[in-house]
Amino acid sequence: MKWGMVIDLQKCTGCGECAAACKLENNVSIVEPTEAAMGRSMLWMDMLTMYEGAYPRLRVRQIPRPCMHCDHPPCTKVCPVRATYKNEEGIVAQIYPQCIGCRYCMAACPYTVKSFNWYKPEWAPGIRKTVNPDVSTRQVGVVEKCTFCVHRLQKAKEQAKHEGRNLRENDFQPACADSCPAGAIAFGDLENESHRVNQLSHSPRATKLLEDLGTEPKVIYLKEVD
Amino acid sequence: MERAPAQPHPDYPLLRPIENPGRTFYYIVGVLLAILAYTGYVYVRQILFGLGVTGMAQPVTWGFYIINFVFFIGISHAGTLISAILRLSKAEWRRPITRMAEVITAIVLAIGGLHPIIDLGRPDRMLHLFYNGRLQSPLLWDVTSITAYFTASTIYLYIPMIPDIAILRDRGVKPRWLYEFLSWGWQGTERQHKVLDRAMNILMVVVIPIAVSVHTIISYIFAMTVQPGWHSTIFGPYFVVGAIFSGIAAILVLMIVFRKVFRLEGYLKHIHFNYLGILLLIMSLLWFYFTFSEYLTGYYGHEPNEMRVFWYKFTGAFAPYYWAMVTCNFLVPVILLGIRKFRTITGILFASISVIVGMWLERLIIVVPSLANPRLPYPTGIYIPSHTEWILFLGGVSVFILGYMLFARFFPVISIWEIEEGRHESAKMVNERITSYMPDPQPSSAQE
Repeated sequence: MKWGMVIDLQKCTGCGECAAACKLENNVSIVEPTEAAMGRSMLWMDMLTMYEGAYPRLRVRQIPRPCMHCDHPPCTKVCPVRATYKNEEGIVAQIYPQCIGCRYCMAACPYTVKSFNWYKPEWAPGIRKTVNPDVSTRQVGVVEKCTFCVHRLQKAKEQAKHEGRNLRENDFQPACADSCPAGAIAFGDLENESHRVNQLSHSPRATKLLEDLGTEPKVIYLKEVD
Repeated sequence: MERAPAQPHPDYPLLRPIENPGRTFYYIVGVLLAILAYTGYVYVRQILFGLGVTGMAQPVTWGFYIINFVFFIGISHAGTLISAILRLSKAEWRRPITRMAEVITAIVLAIGGLHPIIDLGRPDRMLHLFYNGRLQSPLLWDVTSITAYFTASTIYLYIPMIPDIAILRDRGVKPRWLYEFLSWGWQGTERQHKVLDRAMNILMVVVIPIAVSVHTIISYIFAMTVQPGWHSTIFGPYFVVGAIFSGIAAILVLMIVFRKVFRLEGYLKHIHFNYLGILLLIMSLLWFYFTFSEYLTGYYGHEPNEMRVFWYKFTGAFAPYYWAMVTCNFLVPVILLGIRKFRTITGILFASISVIVGMWLERLIIVVPSLANPRLPYPTGIYIPSHTEWILFLGGVSVFILGYMLFARFFPVISIWEIEEGRHESAKMVNERITSYMPDPQPSSAQE
């Protein structure tokens, strides 16, 4: 079992629905505009804007960026208290009550995916009532990041156990994959040959971000072809 | 050893500040305590509201606290390390310097060691480091080595102080109980001197590798990540050299201050400043050599991410700080210390202050630019430290001044018994040593 994600950039329209769905699903705090301008906005799924080439041939690309859930994560190596670790299914998890907030993992992550709770997380009065009860809200002073919606995995596992069957591919889909209107995000077991991600990850278009660092990300991108 | 209290002590200038502290002492302590009270208020605010009150954000998630941590721990390398090396190499001119140097270590190490805790988002969970600690994390290595260094250097400061505390006890200086307790029944017998010498010898040898390990491991915090500008094999020795460099500058500034305030011209002579000044010059050249090697290899490797950080420092947003650092750490000290005409006490004071500023800038330049240039295209701003961070920096400096003043109020900053020992014995010892270096007058075979 090795959970992974394939993002097809040919299909992705850059709409940002995945980022919005993620934020709502995971109770990610919405910071004040002044704070966001300082660079403190919290996005587990971010949309990166990449510029390629110069003006007449300029290409602007939007790339959804979750946590890469590396197989050799640089962040877990440096954590002094095991508040971040790679679990047996390959998900790089965070233990919020354990985190001392040293932010060493943030400094060590080459993809800069982690967010820090600079202030006590707060929600506007309306949104407060819609927080997802399956996901714990974080405390001030801890690091958080994409978990591949691990709470959904727990739910799906319990459901499958209750029904006395094995986990099916579609039982566990993170919010971003679920919400993508273009169907650009596939999610599943990279080691299971019947899963779509396994087939897509062997596509000739498959590439990984900063592959040469040897972090072995489990988020795979399918390049655009013109 | 024992003297009647009324008799004038030959080293009275060293005892005067303890026996008659004067009023200015209390004024300065008052000012410092006021600064510290405000610092405390600012820190409590940070605890209540979270690290949001600092200027840190993403991607620059480490700022002043980590910079000052590295800076203060660097300054602490002056003391015990230099004093141990000078004692071990039997440099006779060390006698009036060692105590001052060791006190720097003890105080600054305590301040520096607190900085990572100030930097924590959850200082209330600090104990997780002990009962959930992962020894694979460089942060844990740091906790270990700094604790070891603090323990070793405070003992190394205290042990050679015992005979001096006994002098104060015998002169009946108040508070009596303090000197009574701390002198541990020292009578100055031959056996006690033997034990003291042995303890000092052991500590001297132990403290040097610990001191080297401390700053090496601080550099490992950065070097163990894959970030451009940090992931470098020479970071260990580079940090150690920088630490000793800034430490010597700190000793020199303090020596000049105490010489002036306590009127110690008879003890801290021009020759001491000259020798330490030359040592500072050597360290400046060594620092330049390491900096040059570090950036030249980066430039020739021409790895795109490395180059982004490189140009950020050389011509980008951090260029003013970068070139100020090169000026402060290399140009100013080399000109002021390299030309004999400028190597006066004033010249050395300016060079030392310049080095302290320059080494602080170096820490800034190591920590921030690598974080400010993430590999992926994120919108990045520039890191501007907030009021909170500046006040906590000021507070750290105030704790240092206060700690040093309190030490100087109760204990002699120059080792009295070692000076006395120097007067009585070292001329003979040095003479003997030099004779032993000399070639024998006739071939030893001829004696048979």
